[in-house]
Amino acid sequence: MFSSFLINTWITASIVAVVAGLVGFFVVLRGSSFLAHAVPHGAFAGAAGATLLGLDPILGMGVFAVGGAVGVVTLGRRGRNDVVIALALVLMLASGALFLSLGNQYSAEVFSLLFGQLLGVSSSSLVPIVVLGIVCVLAVLVAYRPLLLASVLPDQAAARGISTFGMSVFFAVIVALATTLSVPVVGALLMFSLLVGPPAAARLFSPDPLRAIPLSIGFALVVVWFSIAAAYLSSLPVGFFVTLGSALLYAAGRGWFAISTRRPVAA
Amino acid sequence: MIAFFSSGPVQLALLVGTLVAAVSALVGVFTVLRRQSFAGHALADLGAVGGSAAFLLGIPQLVGFVGAGILAAGVMELVGIKRVQGRDVATGIVFGLGLGLTALFLYLDTQRAGTSNAAISVLFGSLFAIDASVLPLVILLSAVACLIVVVFFRWFLIDSLSQDLASVRGVPVRLTGILFLVALALAVELSALTIGAVLSTALLIAPAAAALRLTRRVGLAILIAIGVGVGSTWLGILMSFESYGWSGGAHSWPVSFCIVLVAVAAYLLSGIAVPVRTLTRRRLARVL
Repeated sequence: MFSSFLINTWITASIVAVVAGLVGFFVVLRGSSFLAHAVPHGAFAGAAGATLLGLDPILGMGVFAVGGAVGVVTLGRRGRNDVVIALALVLMLASGALFLSLGNQYSAEVFSLLFGQLLGVSSSSLVPIVVLGIVCVLAVLVAYRPLLLASVLPDQAAARGISTFGMSVFFAVIVALATTLSVPVVGALLMFSLLVGPPAAARLFSPDPLRAIPLSIGFALVVVWFSIAAAYLSSLPVGFFVTLGSALLYAAGRGWFAISTRRPVAA
Repeated sequence: MIAFFSSGPVQLALLVGTLVAAVSALVGVFTVLRRQSFAGHALADLGAVGGSAAFLLGIPQLVGFVGAGILAAGVMELVGIKRVQGRDVATGIVFGLGLGLTALFLYLDTQRAGTSNAAISVLFGSLFAIDASVLPLVILLSAVACLIVVVFFRWFLIDSLSQDLASVRGVPVRLTGILFLVALALAVELSALTIGAVLSTALLIAPAAAALRLTRRVGLAILIAIGVGVGSTWLGILMSFESYGWSGGAHSWPVSFCIVLVAVAAYLLSGIAVPVRTLTRRRLARVL
């Protein structure tokens, strides 16, 4: 299970979990699950397109994910956000289907792009993943306070001279980068559950962001490590265990929340 | 053109596509008004759980899709959290788990001989590969979905505009929510079968959103949406059929891609009409 050909997978998965736990906290805070669901589909289309043109899939994923995320935020600026997200999502997904059919790829490859693959990480693709991971974490840390304020109290943020639209675009780019680095391992369809499950559970355990964020990262790490081990032992797809772990954690969080709030408040 | 209309798969595709596009557009207008695009998309993807399980069990795909869709709609209403943000997360968690199950079932499908294309077929569907024997069931379910919307038209309308107003006027809000989700599930699963689970959102949202940008009268919007939906489907089918020679003659473009492309283009085109009718749009925004 820890043999040399799986080492890359363990390293990448841990980076993915840290980034997902951190970025996902803001996804849940801002209520942008739908965006987090849509952006990975753009990455899927980008990977398919890049493979068709013979380019590096990571490059295609990055371009499509960032383009899709920024496009959605810009077009959805006035009014119907959900409609724009839904349409961008289907358009990107349909393009992915077109690229795949033009490229004559096998359905197994589609499957691994959509649902992740345990052995999908080579040493050469490790470098961009590490770099992207560091960029994501740094971006969130640098913009931590304005991002938090713009997420929770947009009006107050605007009054303090923070552009909420600028923050939305900034955040969309971070989500896109986080997605790009995680699609090879977790898969386009399931990245979303890692971005929502552990942070949502963490927020039920503690409302304080400085406690919830480390907790969220910890949860994401546990889910990912458990999933790789389980997938290795059972040879079932890793994505299934990721979603199962996330859902179980969230259920535990709901249970804990119900118990802790029912307890009579002491003095 | 003669080859187009005399081809058997094309005739079936046109028939089923028309039915599904019309039902999706009808339900879609209310979906857009109620801001339930995410729910509509989630139901489509969750139908894929049933679709992939049906492959595994060897039962008709449509039965799997519809069964899972109705079940998911029930769970969503049961969870039924009023606060919008809580609903967002709860939908996300249930939805994520559903996708994980899909991954599992599809993997088990691919392990079995003869169904190695299950992933593509379930997710992306194909109008050209419909089994003619499901036609009666498609017609029946379309009729049920339309009937629900027509019979409870006024409830849906009032409830979509304002829940408070609806309860004052004596509309059972909870029942209306359940009825709408059932109609939504039926419409979405039917289109999931034809253009694929993941792409069915296009037929649900794009025509309705385009129509609602053109007019603020709901009755007229439904008629426009049906027109746009059916038109996109026909154009998409024609485009896919004619595309055989476009990319070196080796492949035709996937029919799902063509339909989505036309539908989204229709939505974008409807935006041109907006500056002309800014006043109307402002009124619509106030109503919404």
